[in-house]
Amino acid sequence: MKYPKNGRFGEFGGKYIPETLVPAIEELEENYLKFKNDKNFKKELDYYLKVYAGRPTPLYYAKNLSEKLGGAKIYLKREDLLHGGAHKINNTLGQALLAKKMNKKRIIAETGAGQHGVATAMACAALGMKAEVYMGYKDTIRQKLNVFRMDLLGAKVHPVKSGSKTLKDAINEAIRDWITNVETTYYLLGSAVGPHPYPVMVRDFQSVIGEEIKVQMKKINNKAPDSVIACVGGGSNAIGTFYPLVDTNAEIIGVEAAGQGLKSKMHSATLSAGSKGVLHGMMTYLLQDEEGQITETHSISAGLDYPGVGPEHSYYKDTKRIKYHSATDVEVIDAFLLLTRTEGIIPALESAHAIAEAIKVAKKGKKSESIVVTLSGRGDKDVEEVQNYLNKNVKD
Amino acid sequence: MSKIKEKFAELERKNQKALISYIMAGFPNEKATILTVRGLVKGGVDIIELGFPFSDPLADGPVIQNASTVSLDKGTKINKFFSLVKKIRKETDTPLVLMTYTNILYHKGYSKFIKDAKRAGIDGFILPDMSVEESKEYIDAAKNNADTIFLISPNTSKRRIEKISKVSTGFLYLVAVFGTTGVKTGIKNYTLKAIKDVKKHTKGKIPIGVGFGVSTPDDVKKYINAGADAVIVGSAYLKLIEKTSQNKLESKIASFTKNLKKNTILKK
Repeated sequence: MKYPKNGRFGEFGGKYIPETLVPAIEELEENYLKFKNDKNFKKELDYYLKVYAGRPTPLYYAKNLSEKLGGAKIYLKREDLLHGGAHKINNTLGQALLAKKMNKKRIIAETGAGQHGVATAMACAALGMKAEVYMGYKDTIRQKLNVFRMDLLGAKVHPVKSGSKTLKDAINEAIRDWITNVETTYYLLGSAVGPHPYPVMVRDFQSVIGEEIKVQMKKINNKAPDSVIACVGGGSNAIGTFYPLVDTNAEIIGVEAAGQGLKSKMHSATLSAGSKGVLHGMMTYLLQDEEGQITETHSISAGLDYPGVGPEHSYYKDTKRIKYHSATDVEVIDAFLLLTRTEGIIPALESAHAIAEAIKVAKKGKKSESIVVTLSGRGDKDVEEVQNYLNKNVKD
Repeated sequence: MSKIKEKFAELERKNQKALISYIMAGFPNEKATILTVRGLVKGGVDIIELGFPFSDPLADGPVIQNASTVSLDKGTKINKFFSLVKKIRKETDTPLVLMTYTNILYHKGYSKFIKDAKRAGIDGFILPDMSVEESKEYIDAAKNNADTIFLISPNTSKRRIEKISKVSTGFLYLVAVFGTTGVKTGIKNYTLKAIKDVKKHTKGKIPIGVGFGVSTPDDVKKYINAGADAVIVGSAYLKLIEKTSQNKLESKIASFTKNLKKNTILKK
């Protein structure tokens, strides 16, 4: 599955888009195919990834956490140490550079927790481009800090008050803007979702994570890890982690947000509890009701609060190459606190979903086994959310 | 011959172009939809597009988006919608086109949905997020059951216009402006040029309907003069419905429609 020519991963993916966007998508695909193997483009992107973003990121052996759990060794892929504090910068640098090559003057983006918005604003500032970011109104409130960071970076934030006022509505609004300004605007999508070629392009830009893991684990253990774990909302850090490792023997697990429980309807676990459908230009698993209306989602983590998922994940779920599990808000907060206190690393709540799963897997594993967990982002943006949660839920 | 095709043939005999109206089913409630349809028919509308609401109508502007939300909140469901269509069918045989998003059909299964819709009295479908590349199953399911009306845009290439006209039946929906429904107004030169270009490519094999941002009798006149075979008015209707009390709805809709319709009648 290198480059799916028809834009399909098995039956998933495709281009379900309004006709007005077709020329833009065709132009994007043409340019992506042209530049992805272009020596100079790759060189320039590598330069920014290394010197600006801070790659390669370390693979850190979480000794205290591993010893406390008493099972397999846990290694953390430290995407949280990247400039901006999340893996998102890998993709925004790639796409912003592509947009620049395409002579696009205006960049729009959507953001859930704000990490993609911040990363877009940073990449655009670094490359001398203007950015406008759509963000669900609810998310602008729970992620105030990131809204302010975008402001500081010179990006204009548009709070979206339609629908559930979260990520999916921010995507709808960004697509509406794109339809209206299609001739001048580049839509810098933040996850491995949307119409082809976005899912494959975002995967490719994020695959630097898994490629580095491969090299780093080889140095440490002389083999691929026994297990690889990452959180899945749209699934960009997960596909970037997993894709280079799908042809190894590693057990691969994506972790979705079970929120208040899979039976509660207050979750965002699309692959664990969803059904097939069409949204945002792609066929994929979705959270929808019996009539095909998209349902509202919940997660303690704004970045996972999305009722769809990247189509390639849907493909791996059906072919059973990757397992998709989920973690509840309670498990996530426990994992968040445990990692913070054992290792002195405050993870993003998104990443804490992956940690929650790693705790379960490590406990069952042998000491000789190794687990790699992608720490997709740092938790500074979430500390207020965690504080609120603890105030509400923990009695003295 | 499909009912929509028959309608265009009939209009041609009468030296008229088509006025197509878009309304959202269940906005602001079912009763209003029935009254609106009566007004439309009285005013001389040629084809009625009935919107079925979707939670994420990304090709629609704020007016239709809001109507979708209201309709969903009022409990508009597929079966309820089909029984509304049956009620409308008892009053009029004006062709009815269902406009909604791909997921609504996909979720039920294209074949089952289209058959049920046909049985209720739907003559055609418009799905703004259905691209021709992904449409095989949908087209196969609709064949001999309903018209599949595809959209094109002023930036659609010649190659695609040809591809799309092959699968589009009933009419071809030309999106007048870059943007969502009901937002931009004013006639754009690129749209007038697009009408001419598209007609050249289709060689009169299928009628061209122009929609998105068409709201006044003057808009109608200009598009018809530029060669459009039909004009589609949507958001303007929804705005009128929103501000009109139910006891005046039928008559207001009828007079608004008459004003639009008169500009689709060509001078002999």
